[in-house]
Amino acid sequence: MRVNFTVNGRPQEADDVWEGESLLYVLRERLGLPGSKNACEQGECGSCTVRLDGVPVCACLVAAGQVEGRAVDTVEGLADYAGRRSAGGRAGTARGTDIDEARRWQARPPGARTAELSPVQQAFIDAGAVQCGFCTPGLLVAADELLERNAEPSDADIREALSGNLCRCTGYEKILDAVRLAAARADRAEEAV
Amino acid sequence: MDFLRPASWEEALAAKAEHPTAVPIAGGTDVMVEINFDHRRPEYLLDLNRIGELYEWEVGERDVRLGAAVPYTRIMDHLRAELPGLALASHTVGSPQIRNRGSVGGNLGAASPAGDAHPALLAAGADVEAVSVRGTRLIPVEEFYTGVKRNALEPDELIRAVRIRKADGPQAFSKVGTRNAMVIAVCAFGLALHPGTRTVRTGIGSAAPTPVRARAAEDFLQAALAEGGFWDSGRIITPSVARQFAELAAGACNPIDDVRGSAEYRRHAVAVMARRTLGWTWDAYRGNERSASCA
Ligand SMILES: Cc1cc2nc3c(=O)[nH]c(=O)nc-3n(C[C@H](O)[C@H](O)[C@H](O)COP(=O)(O)OP(=O)(O)OC[C@H]3O[C@@H](n4cnc5c(N)ncnc54)[C@H](O)[C@@H]3O)c2cc1C
Ligand code: FES
Ligand code: FES
Repeated sequence: MRVNFTVNGRPQEADDVWEGESLLYVLRERLGLPGSKNACEQGECGSCTVRLDGVPVCACLVAAGQVEGRAVDTVEGLADYAGRRSAGGRAGTARGTDIDEARRWQARPPGARTAELSPVQQAFIDAGAVQCGFCTPGLLVAADELLERNAEPSDADIREALSGNLCRCTGYEKILDAVRLAAARADRAEEAV
Repeated sequence: MDFLRPASWEEALAAKAEHPTAVPIAGGTDVMVEINFDHRRPEYLLDLNRIGELYEWEVGERDVRLGAAVPYTRIMDHLRAELPGLALASHTVGSPQIRNRGSVGGNLGAASPAGDAHPALLAAGADVEAVSVRGTRLIPVEEFYTGVKRNALEPDELIRAVRIRKADGPQAFSKVGTRNAMVIAVCAFGLALHPGTRTVRTGIGSAAPTPVRARAAEDFLQAALAEGGFWDSGRIITPSVARQFAELAAGACNPIDDVRGSAEYRRHAVAVMARRTLGWTWDAYRGNERSASCA
């Protein structure tokens, strides 16, 4: 079957999709967007978290056919999404990361110009919240949505919002630090205006 | 496999009548796990995501008519006053991502004895609105669960909504598991006080082949509360009454030993939860009584 939907603000068409296929498979294997990770395929780990019409969901539990006509935002589009949000536009409408652009993307050698990151992504790096990195994309999407909804989350709010994301490396403390850091920076930026 | 994508409720019913083996998919949090792990290869998937009315609810005089596919998150955010027990239970389901997709209709469709909506529905009182091209049936929720992962739906029927009695008194939900998130209940207990009718209703999860009410415990407590004049006096419930209620609740269980817990542990835990939820709800009732009489 064919599925038409919007990914990171761009219309996409996936062909020859098997009817039982998950959104995660379509993103990773058909659209070349491997940012959303596949660790459990049963909703337990959150590493595949994406936003479906703005709502955080496990992409592994959404049937591909269910996204027809809908908007999906993945970690690949996060910087852009955050940019559009802070520009005041409704996220999800303007230009997203081009699929081809995303395919061509390569990690730059140290010292080279770094790719543009969203505030949450930058905070994860600065707080040392990334070790092996496998859980990071899902956590970034979940954390970004939390901060969009709740600019001043309590520790309990952060724990609750991230309770569907497992990390085997960090012990979570640095991840909590990263979310606090992103919230604090946004707060300061707000004051500066 | 075929993916059926009805755009309206009528189309969905027609599709289910034409393909009775079609597996409905709402949030997919049960169905997709089975498909991903090849435990299930249905001939047809019947997508319910495009049927708007399944995502709506109406608050009526007596009931909330909750659309089958309304996600748990929305119940927590919007129906806490009318359905406090179900809102509490919803909050214990999986994780935010799961609660953003998973629904009470899906919980009923799966009919797992561990489903968290069930004890809350049993305690509040609810009817499942089962619909087919032949018409609509209202199935009392206690008759809906017919066996382990079996329910009373006919092959051509879909759940349109659940009609849940609006709370007329305090409700509580309690669940035993190894941590706060992402836990399938070892066992669970729901309790609702209904001061209007001076009745008490319960629901037990994961401690029998199906979710069940602890009817003997309910009958005992109702009689004890009436005889002791507790509803009027708002006195603290006598410990011996609470203890007997808890023992009778444990007696309603027919649990198994499994990886999550032993039968003996489950019986014990149900008794503890019964006693605690009675304490919480009765305290809330007394609090309301007192503030009402002060006013
Ligand atoms: C990681 C994880 C954690 C979980 N944790 C919990 C938990 O803590 N507590 C809990 O209770 N459950 C839990 N679940 C199970 C699941 O989320 C719930 O059972 C949920 O309520 C299912 O709803 P759904 O809309 O996703 O159902 P789906 O997966 O779409 O459907 C489930 C079943 O119901 C049928 N169905 C769905 N809608 C209808 C309808 N309208 N009419 C007729 N049949 C229908 C389907 O055919 C299927 O058989 C968890 C699942 C996962 C993956
Ligand atoms: S891969 Fe989807 S939750 Fe683990
Ligand atoms: S950094 Fe390795 S799993 Fe989280």
